[in-house]
Amino acid sequence: MNKVLARVPIDPSTMADTPAAQSASPASDPDRLRWFPKGTHITIRGLTKTFDDVVLYKDFDLDIPKGKVVSVFGPNGCGKSTLINMISGILDHDSGQILFDGKTARETRIGYVFQNYREAVFPWSRAIDNIRYPLQFLGLSKAERDDRVEELLTSFDVKIDLNRYPYELSGGQQQLVSIMRALVVDPEVLFLDEPFSALDYEMTLFLRDRLQKVLTDRDVTTLLVSHDLDEAVMLADEILLLTKKPTQVAERLQFNAPRPRTPETTLTDEFIAVKTRSLEVFQREVRR
Amino acid sequence: MSARGNRKAVMKRLQPVLGAAVLVVLWWLASEGRLVDPVLLPTPADSWHAFVSGLTEGTLWHDFWRTIVRTTVSFVIAIVIAVPVGVFLGSSETIYRSVEFSVDFFRSTPASALFPLFLVIFGVGEEAKIAVAAFGAALIIVFNTAYGVMNARKQRQLAARVMGAPQFRILTDVTIWESLPQTFVGMRSGISIALVIVIVAEMFIGSTDGLGQRIINAQMIFDMPEMYASIFAAGALGYGLNLLFIILERRFVHWGGK
Repeated sequence: MNKVLARVPIDPSTMADTPAAQSASPASDPDRLRWFPKGTHITIRGLTKTFDDVVLYKDFDLDIPKGKVVSVFGPNGCGKSTLINMISGILDHDSGQILFDGKTARETRIGYVFQNYREAVFPWSRAIDNIRYPLQFLGLSKAERDDRVEELLTSFDVKIDLNRYPYELSGGQQQLVSIMRALVVDPEVLFLDEPFSALDYEMTLFLRDRLQKVLTDRDVTTLLVSHDLDEAVMLADEILLLTKKPTQVAERLQFNAPRPRTPETTLTDEFIAVKTRSLEVFQREVRR
Repeated sequence: MSARGNRKAVMKRLQPVLGAAVLVVLWWLASEGRLVDPVLLPTPADSWHAFVSGLTEGTLWHDFWRTIVRTTVSFVIAIVIAVPVGVFLGSSETIYRSVEFSVDFFRSTPASALFPLFLVIFGVGEEAKIAVAAFGAALIIVFNTAYGVMNARKQRQLAARVMGAPQFRILTDVTIWESLPQTFVGMRSGISIALVIVIVAEMFIGSTDGLGQRIINAQMIFDMPEMYASIFAAGALGYGLNLLFIILERRFVHWGGK
């Protein structure tokens, strides 16, 4: 008991600024299971995942703050997608615990946007029915469901004909449908697995902008995996840098530039400082 | 459009007919020039006449219809049984692996080898013909449906799962749709097999009507124009069924391959 008390900070508000200190706590300390900073949404404790004898994660601990956008960045093969797949419940983990405010992934409203939109949307349903699909599992009335869809369409201000089938839309439009499908349930947590990497630059800028706007309005906890450091920093409140496998947290950097962020944001000193630091950590980890 | 472009467009439309026209001309030359015994090979005109008069005055239309009914009934029975069974088998790899050999074995067994067995079970009536055709069609549909379900790509199932869909809904909302193109492959082969078996059954399992019975009767009395006309009718039926399936597939699997 004494030990637990000793580890609780006197002023909890300072904790959000130093999460790296907690996630670096040794896995052998049993008390780490009970403890997490104020404002945490997702707690990961002792996560272990092995693929064919290769240890990808071992006793991995992480706290993810509520209502923030966290970009996950790290060397190739360190398991960025694997991490968000395990958190979202798409992929099983070998051992450890992942909780969302004490709930499991199945008990949590989750939005997930896949990199490969072609194999994520349902081609047999019209775009609008794709967007509506997840609402049926929320136990809402028909009127409530229609309101949700209407509200979402307004906030995205889409100009595409949603009565078309996905294969009649461009790649960017399909990904837009899949982003809207993820957001229509008003998710508690949103996962984005390289959502723009298969799109052209113009579409990427457009979708980033829309997504940012919606996320700012909603305060949804968001985990973004990106290969593009500019994008990772630009969209994030926090950049989570990972080591090579067995993967640990290398560093967590805050990025507090005001929103909405525009291409001009990338020219500010703060952006450049955070990006430079991210790159340093990344290169240090790649060489290690 | 230029005259040259016009001619190209017309040629393109005529191309499929061209081969058939050449075939008819060769047939006509062979029969007119007595290259083949006229008893064995009547002229195209005689055969065509037999076909038309069979349809308008004779019983060809009735036989044609009987064959369609038998094929359709056996095919529908096959679908009703085979599709759910295929989905069930495909949804569990363990179950599928344990019955794969049996399904594959019977699928490879010529359905005609089973005629006597089905005769013993169902008697010499309609039931035996329909049962054996349904059996042959069902096996190939089971096989393809199960295969389609088993090899459905996983990402959409994961997407449905993460959206909160329960296991059964993932099956009905995603996996079955995902397997539909393969199921259609099975159904197309299934209806062809059903037609083949029905025609053979009409020939040899005491039948009083149907195209198969008509062909064998014409052969026995050496009415060659009549026989060619009936063969042509059977061919047209097979072609028509295939065409119907291509249309159905475009309608129901409009998203296939896209």
